[in-house]
Amino acid sequence: MAYVGAIADLDHEHALHDPQTFFRKYIWSQDHKVIALQYMAVAIAIGLVALTMSVLMRLQLGFPNSFSFIDPQEYYQYITMHGMIMVIYLLTALFLGGFGNYLIPLMCGSRDMVFPYLNMISFWVYLLAVLVLVAGLFVPGGPTGAGWTLYPPQAILPGTPGATWGILLMLASLAIFIVAFTMGGLNYVTTVLQARCRGMTLMRMPLSVWGIFSASILGLLAFPALFVSAIMMTLDSTIGTSFFMPAIVSRGETLDYGGGSPLLFQHLFWFFGHPEVYIVALPAFGIVSDLLSTHARRNIFGYRMMVWAILAIACLSFVVWAHHMYVSGMNPYFGFFFATTTLIIAVPTAIKVYNWVLTLWRGDIHLTVPMLFAIGFIFTFINGGLTGLFLGNVTVDVPLSGTYFVVAHFHMVMGVSPILVVFGALYHWYPKITGRMFNETLGKLHFWVTFVGAYSIFLPMHYMGILGVPRRYYAYSNSIEFIPLSVQTANQWISVVAMIVAATQLVFLFNVAWSFFKGQIVDGNPWRATSLEWQTPETPPRHGNWGPKLPVVHRWAYDYSVPGAPQDFVPQNVPATEVPMGHDHDSAPQSSATKGRHA
Amino acid sequence: MSLTAAYAALATGLLVWAMLVRKLRVKPWEAQLAGEVELASSLPAAPAARIGLWVFLAVVTALFGLFISAYLMRMGHLHAEGLEMGDWRPVAEPAILWVNTLVLILASVVMQWARVAAAHSRIERMRLALMIGGALTLVFLAGQINGWRTLSATQYASPRDPALAFFYVLTVVHALHLLGGLYVWNRIFRRLGQANRSQSPARMAQVRLSVELCTVYWHYLLLVWLVLFVLLLST
Repeated sequence: MAYVGAIADLDHEHALHDPQTFFRKYIWSQDHKVIALQYMAVAIAIGLVALTMSVLMRLQLGFPNSFSFIDPQEYYQYITMHGMIMVIYLLTALFLGGFGNYLIPLMCGSRDMVFPYLNMISFWVYLLAVLVLVAGLFVPGGPTGAGWTLYPPQAILPGTPGATWGILLMLASLAIFIVAFTMGGLNYVTTVLQARCRGMTLMRMPLSVWGIFSASILGLLAFPALFVSAIMMTLDSTIGTSFFMPAIVSRGETLDYGGGSPLLFQHLFWFFGHPEVYIVALPAFGIVSDLLSTHARRNIFGYRMMVWAILAIACLSFVVWAHHMYVSGMNPYFGFFFATTTLIIAVPTAIKVYNWVLTLWRGDIHLTVPMLFAIGFIFTFINGGLTGLFLGNVTVDVPLSGTYFVVAHFHMVMGVSPILVVFGALYHWYPKITGRMFNETLGKLHFWVTFVGAYSIFLPMHYMGILGVPRRYYAYSNSIEFIPLSVQTANQWISVVAMIVAATQLVFLFNVAWSFFKGQIVDGNPWRATSLEWQTPETPPRHGNWGPKLPVVHRWAYDYSVPGAPQDFVPQNVPATEVPMGHDHDSAPQSSATKGRHA
Repeated sequence: MSLTAAYAALATGLLVWAMLVRKLRVKPWEAQLAGEVELASSLPAAPAARIGLWVFLAVVTALFGLFISAYLMRMGHLHAEGLEMGDWRPVAEPAILWVNTLVLILASVVMQWARVAAAHSRIERMRLALMIGGALTLVFLAGQINGWRTLSATQYASPRDPALAFFYVLTVVHALHLLGGLYVWNRIFRRLGQANRSQSPARMAQVRLSVELCTVYWHYLLLVWLVLFVLLLST
């Protein structure tokens, strides 16, 4: 094992080698912080495209027949692109490529990711995936309109928008994205396992790192399912294999397919698709735990339980996928099995929710902008989680599956909830990334309009779903008699609010840009937080993060309001000997854990 | 696929849980008092590249596992609906696959030889073994290409035939992984040149590590090939 040290020295030398040119520093950069920002910038840019598409959809739904430039074909293309971009190219890329890259080395006390070159390539390949996706907008026939699940046979049959070029570019883009993610994911997992600084045991890692780490493992094991289905569907579409395509007559013409199984695609897709929900949710769970703890000045309630819950959710997320397929005609016993596992996964999830609430309970709550977003997340996640319990049951899901109830559910649980955490996290780490504070008034305006707006948009959709309003419809003709007039009023309301919420995101972008130049300059730890990224010698951290000496960790990341300590937080790199305690050592942690009662 | 994958995932979860349970039972808010004990070791347990490779192998396992699941599901798809074997017509595998298998086994053995030579710092022997190992792998790939051509020439080859389509997909994906391995294999020679020029023990250690990891990767891809070959022969 002697060579481990020699190789570690080589890596160390490499990490300390500061790039000099502008090109190597900011563009072709191997620094995890720059790569993180590159990921974030591209993800947010493509996210804005998806946001615009949602506004276009809302224009059509709220005011049908008023906008001649939105025809049914385009409507389906917007639906598809909006879903795919938001789930994969925005949320996955932002949480793992963005926050994963920025936070893992800083929170674990490393100089960089363990494979910096691979990390850099990961970003550029991700950018390529985004460009291929965007190219779909400009090819003949436009992007695919098959819905984000891309179910065959319709995805590649004439009549579906983009069934020739669009679907191929979508599949190619997904395959490229998976290659990019695999390169990034290998880095995230290996860095957490191998490059933590001295004293940073697994159980001292902040929950943000736990969330990102587990989500990366999920991604590495789940994305291959999408890769497999993308390859097989591409072959079905191009050279005429029949992996997924059954014998079929399309527009009066018998096609040269036969024997394929569309259900096989659904299994593969959801074997990826359900873990994907947690690929987005687990980093959000982790990050929100840290936001709540820091801004409530309390240690996170039940740290061990939180870690176990993350791991349990990660494992269980692989055995629930077919609850997306209750209406596919699969064996009823499968439905029973998957309904059971789905309800079981609610247990660790509920534990997390209780622990967040208990962290807040009698805490010294500071209603800062990140904290508002974190609390907003708890509300939204509970809402979305509870409707998930409805839909997890086969008998309730079957009638609701094709309605707006599902739209409301998944937007609450994996749209709004993670996005609230994304914003909370961006505000929280903004001072570390830029060295300046954002404008708090604009931040609060952004929060309240987004939060109240999201509820105004999605709460009525639950009601519409229970009424039986079908989703995926371009327009509701008068012949659908069971839909009352109030639904159209609700649709108009939703559309108006959606546009207001969409416009409010510009306030956020303005705040980010304006504060970058004009924001108040802050010190390295404005939130008085304990985790390592706030203890860097410079803010923003320089290349190599820590100057000549790596930090040494002496405690967990949640020593807030420790009785007897001179400040209400003790950073992770402060040794026990440097914290004068009012109590003897044996009682101190106990007191810390039960601080709420003393307060 | 469903239940097999479900139980496999559950079993993996339980196994990981059992392995980690000791570490995960630590109470960090108490453990900090004994923190200095944990600082004793400052070196990471294993080089990053080795951990990275094993994580990557887990990804490749998932990839091939899912391809195999898809294969089995597609094979039994119409059968399950009472249509006997449906449209599944077993492929008559070209005989050259047996030769290819033998060549890949030899490549793996020779790579192991290179690994042992590297561990004993016998650099020339290592270089020779590496070259033979790489050459044998190229022979394997050439043999696979020959097999693909034979198949497309002798059998009624239609992309609609699911067994045939799967045969090509599985073998091509495996071959692409070997090509990726050859890219890394090629880099070892460049690193070896750098190490020889600089006479740096650290760089030589890196070469030894690369050889070790390359060998593991070769063994792994041999294993994948054997599984695929048995699957293709038996169905």
